Amino acid sequence: MQIRPVFSALRHHRFTTAMIVLEIALACAVLCNACFVVVGQLRMLRIQSGIDESSLAVVTLGNFDRDRLADINARALEGLRGIDGVTTVNVVEGLPFVDAGGASVSVDPEGQRGRYAADFYFGDRDALRTLGVNLLEGQMPHDEDLSATADDTQRVYITQSLARELWPHDDALGKSMWCCNGARFRVVGVMRQLIRAMPRDDGASNWSVFTAKRLGEMSSAQFLLRAEPDRLDAALRQVRMAMARQVPDATLDDSATGKVGDLRDRYFHSNRATANMLAGTMLALLGVTALGIVGLTGYWVQQRRKQIGVRRALGATRADILHYFQTENFLIVALGMVPGGLLAYLFNMALMKHYELPRLPVFYLLIAAVVLWLLGQLAVLGPAMRAAAVPPVVATRS
Amino acid sequence: MFVHYFDLALRSLRRNKVLTALMVLAIAVGIGASMTMLTVMHVLSGDPLPGRSGQLYHPQVNPTLPPRFQSGPISAMDYRSATDLWGAHRAERQALIANGSVRVNLPESGQPPLARQLLLTTSEFFPMFDVPFRYGGGWSASDETSHARVAVISAELNQRLFGGADSVGRSLRLNGSEVRIAGVLEHWRPAPRFYDVWSGRYLKGRTSSLYQAAEDVYLPIFTGLDMFAPMELPVHFCWADGTKITSMQSAPCSWISLWVQLSGTEAVRDYQRFLDGYVQQQKQAGRYQGEQTWLPDLMQWVEWNHVVPGNVRMQAWMAVAFLLICLINTMCLLLSKFLRRSGEIGVRRAMGASRRTVFAQCLVEAGVIGLAGGIVGWLLTLLGLWLVRRQPEAYADLAHLDLPMLVGTFVLAVVASLLAGVLPALRASRVPIGLQIKTL
Repeated sequence: MQIRPVFSALRHHRFTTAMIVLEIALACAVLCNACFVVVGQLRMLRIQSGIDESSLAVVTLGNFDRDRLADINARALEGLRGIDGVTTVNVVEGLPFVDAGGASVSVDPEGQRGRYAADFYFGDRDALRTLGVNLLEGQMPHDEDLSATADDTQRVYITQSLARELWPHDDALGKSMWCCNGARFRVVGVMRQLIRAMPRDDGASNWSVFTAKRLGEMSSAQFLLRAEPDRLDAALRQVRMAMARQVPDATLDDSATGKVGDLRDRYFHSNRATANMLAGTMLALLGVTALGIVGLTGYWVQQRRKQIGVRRALGATRADILHYFQTENFLIVALGMVPGGLLAYLFNMALMKHYELPRLPVFYLLIAAVVLWLLGQLAVLGPAMRAAAVPPVVATRS
Repeated sequence: MFVHYFDLALRSLRRNKVLTALMVLAIAVGIGASMTMLTVMHVLSGDPLPGRSGQLYHPQVNPTLPPRFQSGPISAMDYRSATDLWGAHRAERQALIANGSVRVNLPESGQPPLARQLLLTTSEFFPMFDVPFRYGGGWSASDETSHARVAVISAELNQRLFGGADSVGRSLRLNGSEVRIAGVLEHWRPAPRFYDVWSGRYLKGRTSSLYQAAEDVYLPIFTGLDMFAPMELPVHFCWADGTKITSMQSAPCSWISLWVQLSGTEAVRDYQRFLDGYVQQQKQAGRYQGEQTWLPDLMQWVEWNHVVPGNVRMQAWMAVAFLLICLINTMCLLLSKFLRRSGEIGVRRAMGASRRTVFAQCLVEAGVIGLAGGIVGWLLTLLGLWLVRRQPEAYADLAHLDLPMLVGTFVLAVVASLLAGVLPALRASRVPIGLQIKTL
């Protein structure tokens, strides 16, 4: 297939060619970036929390008299433990997708070697076990872990990713770290994973710390319930009644009560909505672009009927005609990819500036190119077949 | 003339129904997608208090001290700064604001208590923000100084507790203490909840919670402080870590906002001078270290806090880019449509039609397509907004097409298709006469 005649034909339709090239370029730019954002959102949706989401639920109480917290916790625990199907109930302070206390930790008291913003979760002795967190090093909390050591150090569990950040070359176990007002912690365990309460798509999404506390030291009325996944819904239905009966002097915090899986879905809702919206836009975009190609090629075929007839009369086969239009479209899309790639990076720069998005990998440009080429070939097929069907006899009519 | 062009356009469009339908559809999809997102953007970034917002200001100072000294004005104030500035009464109206949550039930009702959001404020909050009352009214300034147990409740809470009846004078139990209801609001839906948006700056775009409905219970701030233990109310931040906080009045924490109403540039300048003077005085007294102040108006303050959710902004941009593609596409299709009729145009030109006439006729045709695309696009916009309303977002109920956006839909559709039609129409009007007639 010769490319030269295709080029010289396109030069006769400079304006229309420019239009369709521009459309392809814009489509490429939007397609790359939308696809990139969608993939980022989907990655967020699949994020691993490190806990047994499907068999856990959380119940949070609010609006009670702080002085009576111990009493309220005791009554609530009694009520929750009485619910059918609930195997364990633990008191916690903060959970993934609910909330957590944030603080900066450092490996030296002054924080001169860098501070790392981490999320702090607290729970009673067995909470870590109930969560289903995997320990890579150290042991699950025991009674003696609950009291501070002689040198007033709290024992903490940190995630592997935080440990690597704090001590890149060393084993974290047994090390000391500092936080807040010079409070000192000793690492007694390394967790494989425990996601932050409000994870974002960054390298710090797993920087969490867990500390086991005595029941009396808790400062919130938050409970972690564990049950068989299929009994969790039924158990939660009973929670409202049980709490109204047991703790009429507190209210259920609906925003932080429910199955952990549901709270996760709620947290990621806007990511899912964005992904759906952009995916819909991409589909519509492809449809519209295909439409433009069909319309324009249809016009060109009609305009060149006579020339096609002449070519056929001079011995060109149907396949030659078909290939001509396919090559033409291939060239147009290729022409569009050059400004398209530039535009894509311009769009990406705007997104990077406003939405903390990373740089667009070249990979996405390749994908957009392949998709647009395929789309172009598909769209051009109909008009090109019509062109191939032009009989040679057309050449003899004037 | 126009009627004739219109008739010609309709005839021409009817000749190739599929192509016409495709063009209308392309415009409609572009308009539908972009208008849905632009309407959401318009509703969320609109002025929450039209006519009044230009007079409302949010004074800020920097009361922080080491170890957590900040370099600029901070988003909220400590109790002392807020009450000093408020008590000076240097503005037309002024209100203090702090929020919290509260347990609400009726005395001796036996019903489980409800958790409701609470706004601690002062009496001028209601007139300053044009808050409408259904029954009764706000509390008086003397209620404030005497720490009276009075409250104002929302129409929604009144519906829930009293079935919508006039509940003024009845009692309500808040966290166990009884208060008397002084007034019931009409349905009031500020969007965003502009007087309480300082968290927006720290939410990294996940700001849809700033669009939730207004609070259900309003209490005089001094009464509220009697009812809550220290640190039961949410604070912005504290600059003295680790000190035991025994009262919110003396806490080294920022947790109260001050709003003032000032009309005229003179009043704003005077207030700015007063604010600077206060800060200087506090600095001399050793209570402040920084001397920065800021007096943004309502819209500046909302803007500074990045209140519009990040994903809404991004989707609006994407939708606009999509509309652009739809337009270029329409341009291509119009071009092929007009040029297909080169023969006909040639004949008309040969019979005396001027270029201008051909151009005008082509543009009318583009306009008709735009209008049809606008109608279908409007329906698609309604569908899109219906989908937005079904999302579990705090702003979902706000996603309605208002009159400016409805008009905007059609204007955008017609203007866009006319723009898309200009170049193709120009090309069509320049069709060389002789050549076309020869090929007929």
